[in-house]
Amino acid sequence: MVFKFEWVPALAKGLPLTLEITFTCIGIGIVLGVLLALARVYGSRPLRWITSAYIQFFRGTPLLVQLFIVYFGLPTWGITLSRFTSAILALGLNTAAYQAEYFRGAIQAVRGGQMLAARSLGMSLPQSIRSVILPQAFRLVLPSWSNEFILMLKYSSIVFTITLYDLMGLAKRLASRNFRYFEVFVVVALFYLALVSIISFILRLIERRVRIPGLGTSGAAGGPR
Amino acid sequence: MDRLLRVEDIHKRYGKEEVLKGVTFEMLKGETKVVIGPSGTGKSTLLRCINRLTPADQGRVWLEDEEITHTRTNINKIRAQIGFVFQSFNLFSHLPALGNVRIAPMKVKGMKREEATRLAMEELGRVGLGDKADAYPAELSGGQQQRVSIARALAMSPKLILFDEPTSALDPELIGEVLEVMVNLAKEGMTMLVVTHEMGFARAVADEIIFMEHGVIVEHGSPSDMFARPKHARTGEFLNKISELYGETD
Amino acid sequence: MLRASLINIQLLAALIAVGYLVGTLVALLQVYGGRVLKAIANLYEWIFRSIPALVLLFLFYYGPPRFGLDISAFLAATLALGFRSSAYQSQIFRGAIECIPSGQMLAARSMGMSRLRAIFTVILPQAFRLSIPGWTNEFSSVIKDTTLAYAVGFNEIMRYARVIQDSRYELAMLAFIAVALVFLLLTGAGNALMGGVERRFRIPGLQMPGSGSGDHCR
Repeated sequence: MVFKFEWVPALAKGLPLTLEITFTCIGIGIVLGVLLALARVYGSRPLRWITSAYIQFFRGTPLLVQLFIVYFGLPTWGITLSRFTSAILALGLNTAAYQAEYFRGAIQAVRGGQMLAARSLGMSLPQSIRSVILPQAFRLVLPSWSNEFILMLKYSSIVFTITLYDLMGLAKRLASRNFRYFEVFVVVALFYLALVSIISFILRLIERRVRIPGLGTSGAAGGPR
Repeated sequence: MDRLLRVEDIHKRYGKEEVLKGVTFEMLKGETKVVIGPSGTGKSTLLRCINRLTPADQGRVWLEDEEITHTRTNINKIRAQIGFVFQSFNLFSHLPALGNVRIAPMKVKGMKREEATRLAMEELGRVGLGDKADAYPAELSGGQQQRVSIARALAMSPKLILFDEPTSALDPELIGEVLEVMVNLAKEGMTMLVVTHEMGFARAVADEIIFMEHGVIVEHGSPSDMFARPKHARTGEFLNKISELYGETD
Repeated sequence: MLRASLINIQLLAALIAVGYLVGTLVALLQVYGGRVLKAIANLYEWIFRSIPALVLLFLFYYGPPRFGLDISAFLAATLALGFRSSAYQSQIFRGAIECIPSGQMLAARSMGMSRLRAIFTVILPQAFRLSIPGWTNEFSSVIKDTTLAYAVGFNEIMRYARVIQDSRYELAMLAFIAVALVFLLLTGAGNALMGGVERRFRIPGLQMPGSGSGDHCR
């Protein structure tokens, strides 16, 4: 087995794209996910039904299928998107479905009495949601959300199947050029290990920073049950 | 006309059970009325029907000249004038005491931050918690949390405050500090409608005691009348029972 | 297409089996192992949870030949995805074990059972039942990951869809949507099956708070 050191900087060139894809799709996921969750909790019946169907589809079908539908399937309907756009679209829609569920759980975990209190003070429904429910929901959802971030980081590797040269894409190309598949992928594995560990660590720090006493997953404040 | 609140023929049913079967009464400005009765007789439901947290099936409610129950009424505007203190406090967990008290004046009344903060500190001082402004609800005792929630209601300068069993969820030693705040409020002339078992409080400041059972008002009168000469046997029975249990507290 | 999906199902069954056996072992090591064994188990879990499934697939596919071993694509995919699943399954199982009151182990030991015997006769039966919900989750999760084997050139359902795309371009979208529907069906069937398993093995009073490890597969 031979390992070449120059592989490391060569592969590292794929990092920016990997991170870019991850951050972008997570961003899409947050915005869309929050909207979907709000629709699920506060929306009318038809709205709830549509969002539920969306979530079930994107959670129940493989990501690879979704990616191919966007990249290979859409052109047959006349919509052609670039590789990058296809990737972030497919991944973004996918993570939005999962984030919607996590967020819905968080919204519902905020104790009902707080909504009552907000309304009794004269706050309108939108105001109550914005000032009381959402700030708490965002904190409650952090652990699941961090998890999702890491997951997306790992699944971003799937974009190599549509020939995008992120970390994984470069790895495949490098490996097929010098036929040292195993060795190259060991190096890639180490890359991902490092990436995941560092980002996990950072996320945990953020979680600790944002913590409010009593606002854990048990939400103890606010009086007896 | 000093009439502040008029409740007329309120009915409410949950599924098959009718919890309120036609409740009617009035309150004048500055009055303190205490509602007592066995659990589950709709006392809390009555309070929630007044500010439409729970919509009544039938009946009407007026705050001064405005009909609360009318469909065209802006309910948020009404609620901004009625304070509500919950049995389970319901403080906003993500805000410290100060934040809890000033958020409604800022968001509902559009007050500027500095002014709202000043007002909030004033109200917190009024309930004796000026030094706890930065504490989060989870860091406060039950009695402190309830006092913050009273300050939160006061910050909106309400015309009327509804208290839904404010001390029932508190440990005995903490009840006193909350009742003290409530007694002072009553003495300062706030119009208060209080559902409670605390007879000491009723005897001290209530202008009238309303006894409810099975969804209707059985009897009402001044504390001295009710205790000495209850018109219904049931009233006397109940009063004696809770006086035994809760006795004098102040 | 049905024949192609059968391949996915076979892969699924195989990898779940691997995942279950290894996962249980790892969980036991993490709970009951000595310091060294626990560290090894934790390291294992960390590695197989942090490395993307695709990378693992490549490693297991191209690795063995490097060392002179010749294994089929099916076996490579099974091992790669199976070990990965085991890392997640060990967490489910560990959660289940930790749910059992420690008094049970004490009672078993005080009756004279050796540690190993106590684990087998008292802890495992309960842990098994407690982990069924989490396991159900894992099952319907992992079913989607079988499509990743396509990326290593394994002939499963995705390859079939691509073949259609190459030969009859207009049908491409339909083909992919059909695949999606197949999976929705499979997941639904899987959930129903697991629901039946859970009911069959249920013991009143024996429940785990929360709902398992969540969906880590796409």
